[in-house]
Amino acid sequence: MTNAFLEISNGEKIAREKIPHLSFDEFSKTALLVVEDGGKVVQFFAYEDDNDIKFMAVLRTDKLFVAGCDAPDSYPALSKACEPFHMFEREIAEQFGMRPEGHPWLKMVRYHANCRDVPDVFGNDYKEDIPGNYNYYQVDGDEIHEVAVGPVHAGVIEPGHFRFNCIGERVLHLEIQLGYQHRAIENLFLNVQAKRLPILAENIAGDTTIGHSLCMAQAVEALTSVTPDKGAQMIRSIALELERLANHIGDLGALSGDVAFLPPANYFGRIRGDFLNLALLLCGNRFGKGLVRPGGVRFSLADDIRETLAERLKELKPQVEHVLDLLFSASTVRARFEDCGIVSTYDAEKLGLVGPAGRASGIPYDVRRSFPTEHYSQIDIPENKKPTGDVYDRARVRYDEILQSIHIIQSLIYSPVETQCVDDSNFNLPPSSFVVTVNEAWRGEVSHAILTDNRGKILRYKVKDPSFHNWNGLAMSLRDTGISDFPLNNKSFNLSYCGFDL
Amino acid sequence: MLNTLKNRFEQGCRTCGYPKEKPAVFARYRGKPIIQKDVSSDIVEACAKACPQDAIDIDLKKIDMGRCVFCGTCERISKGAFVIFTDDFEISTSKKEHLLTDGDLPSLAEHSKQHFKKLFGRSLQLRQVSAAGCNACEADLNVLATPFFDLARFGINFVASPRHADGIVVTGPVSRNMKTALLTTYEAIAEPKVVIAVGSCTITGGPFTGSPEITEGLDTILPVDLFIPGCPPHPLTNLHALLTFFK
Repeated sequence: MTNAFLEISNGEKIAREKIPHLSFDEFSKTALLVVEDGGKVVQFFAYEDDNDIKFMAVLRTDKLFVAGCDAPDSYPALSKACEPFHMFEREIAEQFGMRPEGHPWLKMVRYHANCRDVPDVFGNDYKEDIPGNYNYYQVDGDEIHEVAVGPVHAGVIEPGHFRFNCIGERVLHLEIQLGYQHRAIENLFLNVQAKRLPILAENIAGDTTIGHSLCMAQAVEALTSVTPDKGAQMIRSIALELERLANHIGDLGALSGDVAFLPPANYFGRIRGDFLNLALLLCGNRFGKGLVRPGGVRFSLADDIRETLAERLKELKPQVEHVLDLLFSASTVRARFEDCGIVSTYDAEKLGLVGPAGRASGIPYDVRRSFPTEHYSQIDIPENKKPTGDVYDRARVRYDEILQSIHIIQSLIYSPVETQCVDDSNFNLPPSSFVVTVNEAWRGEVSHAILTDNRGKILRYKVKDPSFHNWNGLAMSLRDTGISDFPLNNKSFNLSYCGFDL
Repeated sequence: MLNTLKNRFEQGCRTCGYPKEKPAVFARYRGKPIIQKDVSSDIVEACAKACPQDAIDIDLKKIDMGRCVFCGTCERISKGAFVIFTDDFEISTSKKEHLLTDGDLPSLAEHSKQHFKKLFGRSLQLRQVSAAGCNACEADLNVLATPFFDLARFGINFVASPRHADGIVVTGPVSRNMKTALLTTYEAIAEPKVVIAVGSCTITGGPFTGSPEITEGLDTILPVDLFIPGCPPHPLTNLHALLTFFK
């Protein structure tokens, strides 16, 4: 397909002058055409350049495309015609104060003042600490009632506010308001010394440390024209799969707990810890912090580490299989999982769902297959899509991916490839360049984009966690579902608050 | 049914013997930093310069575990000549200034408040408030409920309501948007109450230091009784802190 956008590769350094700078009309027309035709939005953000505000979008079909344009202070909302732009336009309105006219649901994303000191699009007064001053969507009627939950939840969980409109036990509408975890990470990236970049990337979402670190490292590597050696790529792939394993296993345990089937909940709870410990075995931290750095990895796969890793996996694999069998063959579990919280393929496409949540709803997209990085071009990843989009399918995708990830790691452990460990070093980024990276973390597509100015300083650092796409999927899954099934649906998505809130 | 029993036998008993016996952690784990004082100041300066968290005090030749994210950069740069991260996970303190250390930490048991031990030694109910961290600290608090650590066997539980709680465990650098909810939760707990700060974000702002959206140190807004450093603290670090401070 040809269009006014420039075709690019994942993790390719692009000189900014090569990126088509379109008129807003052409930019908007082309973006809409691509996305209405089944394309998706990877990144759509605003940035300030020489006192002008500009837009940039990265779209994907089976390829990646980029283009930019001057940003008008107000413009006809793309979301009006094409839903996948919805969150991005709200984010731009909040960060830069550009108003998307006719946006179907223009509300704040994270509750913070815009960076330009222009009047707030949402009319908020940010001197108040509370993310308040917002009238939640309301349903009227005699028997309608509202349930408000959060920001402080009943468990050891991140904060967020959930507002249910119900008739009896039935949920008519769920509205999710986040922003409580907002730390202004994108702005920190602009101002900190290079030595802090990896630490920041690791702490965007701790459960996706490897996913976000890879995006950051690959972006810096592309800009500085560094290629990590084969051994490093392999270790990074192993780490990403370990992260997937720990989280998927933890999720299945939690799902089991939410339907009151306690044996798998306890077993998987413990086994998840064993996989976290394997990350610690590799790099000294249970979440993989300290492993990935621009240029490679800081820890090699020494012989004794390989040995222990292989041994532990051999010991854990049958246990995992047996507990999976216990969970999935229990009729009481299936009765609760099946037909619960269905998100149709149509809705999932419109919302732009990614990762296991998307695959459960019939969208096969997996970055490891479509835009492989690291060692993934050498690995055969099956298409893990499922037909129904219910809790059962979201659990089933994890079932498949758990077994695949164990297999992937086992096949890589003894590859006789060594790596030259990198030590933290400072790097200088080239001027006027752009790069976008995508990786399939356990929740789905993580993406980072970096723009540098004419002196090589980072002009814009854009982070997108898969949760940015998927929170609306959770809201959709609750439509016409019993409110008591909320915990189950919530766990089946298990989205990141801090990854969303940045 | 048979399947359930079969799995039960395969799983066996997995609970660790801590605190009676210390479970082994893998060799690459980075716990308590030990400082070699007789190192040349060039090496100390090189470490301080490379430290992403600016956690090294050059004059005192000490490391601030409240800022440190235990990335190990200083150990690698000095090749162990200045700092060595040991496998000792018992690193919590009752005072923030104790976190600035050369490896010689004061005994936590001796610094804990005796009335806390009397009040909460047999039963301690905690409310956790997650306030803008990365969810790793929360995750490693959550695992204390799994069979391996089994926190409940010590009479310590995480509860759903601040009204049921004896104290709060705070994680994250307390964002502006979370501050009010945190303070309201704190107020809802009956006196006497304890405040526990978990993770470098909570203690100093950690990786997010410098952001105008966060609070650099929970102790600037609440009286903190127990500091548990780490990024995130190992579950055994959490367990050690809770058991030593309250038991």
